[in-house]
Amino acid sequence: MKTESDTGWLLEARGICKSFSGVKVLDGVSLAIARGEVHALMGENGAGKSTLMKILMGEHQPDSGEIYFDGRKVRIKNPHQAHILGLAMIHQELMAFPELSVAENLALGRNPDGAWRQRFDWRSAHREARDWLQRAGFDLPTSARWNDLSVAQRQGVEIARALSMQARVLIMDEPTSALSSVEAESLFRVIRELKAKGVAVVYITHKLDEVFRIADMVTVLRDGRLVDRQPLSKVTPDSLIRQMTGRNIATDFAQGISHAGEILLEVRGLWRRGAFHDANLILRRGEIVGLAGLMGAGRTELASAIYGLQPADGGEIWIRGCLVRIDSPRTAMACGLAMVTEDRAQLGLVQTMNIEQNLTLSSLAKFCIGPFIGRGREREAARQSIVSLGVKPADPDRNVAGLSGGNQQKVVFGKALLTEPDILILDEPTRGIDVGAKAEIHELIRRLAASGKAVLLVSSEMPEVMSLCHRLLVMRQGRIVAERIPTQTTPEEILRLAMPGKEVAK
Amino acid sequence: MNTPSNGGNISKDSNRTKAWQWLARYGLAVALVLISGILCVASPAFPTWQNLVIVLRQITINGLLAIGVTGVLLTGGVDLSLGSVVALSGVVAASFAHPGEYPLIAAIAAGVLAGAGCGAINGAIVTFGRVPSFIATLGMMTAARGLALVISGGKPVSNLSADFNRLAADNIAGIPVLVLILAAVAVGAWLFLKWTRLGRYFYAVGGNELAAFASGINVRGVKIVAYTACGALAGLAGLLLASRMTAGQPNAGVAYELDAIAAVVIGGTSLNGGVGGIGGTLLGVLLMGIINNGLDLMQVSSYYQQIIKGAIIIGAVWLDKRQRK
Repeated sequence: MKTESDTGWLLEARGICKSFSGVKVLDGVSLAIARGEVHALMGENGAGKSTLMKILMGEHQPDSGEIYFDGRKVRIKNPHQAHILGLAMIHQELMAFPELSVAENLALGRNPDGAWRQRFDWRSAHREARDWLQRAGFDLPTSARWNDLSVAQRQGVEIARALSMQARVLIMDEPTSALSSVEAESLFRVIRELKAKGVAVVYITHKLDEVFRIADMVTVLRDGRLVDRQPLSKVTPDSLIRQMTGRNIATDFAQGISHAGEILLEVRGLWRRGAFHDANLILRRGEIVGLAGLMGAGRTELASAIYGLQPADGGEIWIRGCLVRIDSPRTAMACGLAMVTEDRAQLGLVQTMNIEQNLTLSSLAKFCIGPFIGRGREREAARQSIVSLGVKPADPDRNVAGLSGGNQQKVVFGKALLTEPDILILDEPTRGIDVGAKAEIHELIRRLAASGKAVLLVSSEMPEVMSLCHRLLVMRQGRIVAERIPTQTTPEEILRLAMPGKEVAK
Repeated sequence: MNTPSNGGNISKDSNRTKAWQWLARYGLAVALVLISGILCVASPAFPTWQNLVIVLRQITINGLLAIGVTGVLLTGGVDLSLGSVVALSGVVAASFAHPGEYPLIAAIAAGVLAGAGCGAINGAIVTFGRVPSFIATLGMMTAARGLALVISGGKPVSNLSADFNRLAADNIAGIPVLVLILAAVAVGAWLFLKWTRLGRYFYAVGGNELAAFASGINVRGVKIVAYTACGALAGLAGLLLASRMTAGQPNAGVAYELDAIAAVVIGGTSLNGGVGGIGGTLLGVLLMGIINNGLDLMQVSSYYQQIIKGAIIIGAVWLDKRQRK
């Protein structure tokens, strides 16, 4: 039994300040976590949540402030020390050794100092891995390669690893952002079990419904300051949004009216082996069509095939009544298609370039005189995009790597829009961005449709597809299985259609 | 990750950070001035017009290679075949330069085309064959050397026309032709990278190949252009070297690619691609040239010179990393 502190908190941070190159990211923030509590940490992107967590995990050092663990003042100099104390974090972008097996990944995180001298005991590694996975509530083959796991399975391994390191505080950064509803459900179950075992969970999320389902306490940050810390029974969704944004945002989005016109895109019998089969869809001018479904249903794959990122194996794509062959994004763009990809870091942005260069990357030819770039024209176009999309900071020379998620997403949007596409494919356009930016992007999507573009929206967020789309296509196991009008259906029905049933597909 | 990652985590002492950034940005120019100053004091022969011309002539070959490989490094690749391509194109150019056979232009064209051909093959292997550039150009390094030996029968190709031999020896208005060629190529490359669409694509492909592809850029085309241009410049360097040596030597240019890559990296171009440029490369080439020249003048043994050069290369990259942290 350790000496109980005067405060009684398991983990407490007091007056944490942190600046990056002169910009104050955290300004006197405090956080207090009790044993066995699920503590939601909320705030818009750039509010300082991730920085605060990285300080707790020893990845950054605070400029000032104190951290207490179990009543004792601690200095966490590096992640290794954080692990020894009993802090573990499941990252937004999971980190592991992709070529190694589940058992190896689990063993590597846990091994004591000097383990490099010992022989690696395969049998016990697999046995222990199975054991910890079971305790974490996951059933996985321990010999599977990390690379072959789904995102949900990888999270399971990360949670098992945290448990195996005797973690007493588990930090989860947007754990459900890449999970389907079903997978999220089982994660919540796991969190409740952890809680019952006395593990404290710090849960970072943008999703209000999740907070109300699993959190006991909620701490809200805004612009690097602590806004409030309160039990969940004392807050409402509206009050939380107000605290996060400092303003009111309507949570119930109005249903737009479709003035759908001519057919811009028609897909007939498109297929790619192992991804999707016999996909048929029609997209009209002015229309927003949603692709709903669970993770792995083939939505992103279908969208990528239409855009030529991963071309289809067969089937037809017709654009404005002409049969086209799309084998790369370049040919897709020539046909008037543009896509906002899901993975900003990998597919969306060139991190070594500034905002302007990223914005004009797809449409550079427009600003050229012969082979030469017309710098004046380019700058003008970048300025206009920045203003119309509200990119902050509004400085075209700023490097994109330093922008918040929402602003990065606006740049990716701007890049697609500068190509003046007729057809816009959006893959999870609001994933991992804050409430304020999300509402702005929703408004933008409506405006684009109203201006006569056709939009294909892939989204895992039910409220988003229900409120934005004129029509909804549901994908299940690589097939489009149903079409619904959002006003004439319910999220429950969509979810039911999306879930693999007893009948075998095909 | 949604924390601002632009300053890294060395904000404890922002003055110190700024000093490092300043040093990394202007350090090369400062080093150049500093070393030149020291050499002026140490060797009275250094600050003469004559010696300056010698330095500039000496850096021409490395300069051409470095400019070419800057483009390849920017797209995220590397070209290790340069030295062998220099030898091959020197031999090819020399074969067309015997007196009274072909006009001078044929020899020049043959040399440049031989280099460009090697570069295009490199590019095709890297893009269509999906072979890592390190391996593809390593293969070319061996194959091109072999081809040079086959063509020349292992012996220097000599008995060249006076016109050809004058290329590397002549002056125009007191300035060596070699230096004029380097200057023209440098200006052209700078214009290309800074002001053309294709040049911008070099940076995009090296910065994030996938994002460049998703943005509608013909990534393969861009890479093939980079390797081909690099090869063509190596061809030009090769024929100029043959002219300077008045023979096409199949054993010339060994390890030239390493000097070129070193100069580019000293000049701040990232081995990971997407960051850098011609200005830095020229400074890097100049710095290496002046150090070579200065050490020669001070009669430092060439054995020691290699050690000093190695230390400078590592120091420059260390400084660069330090600033980017």
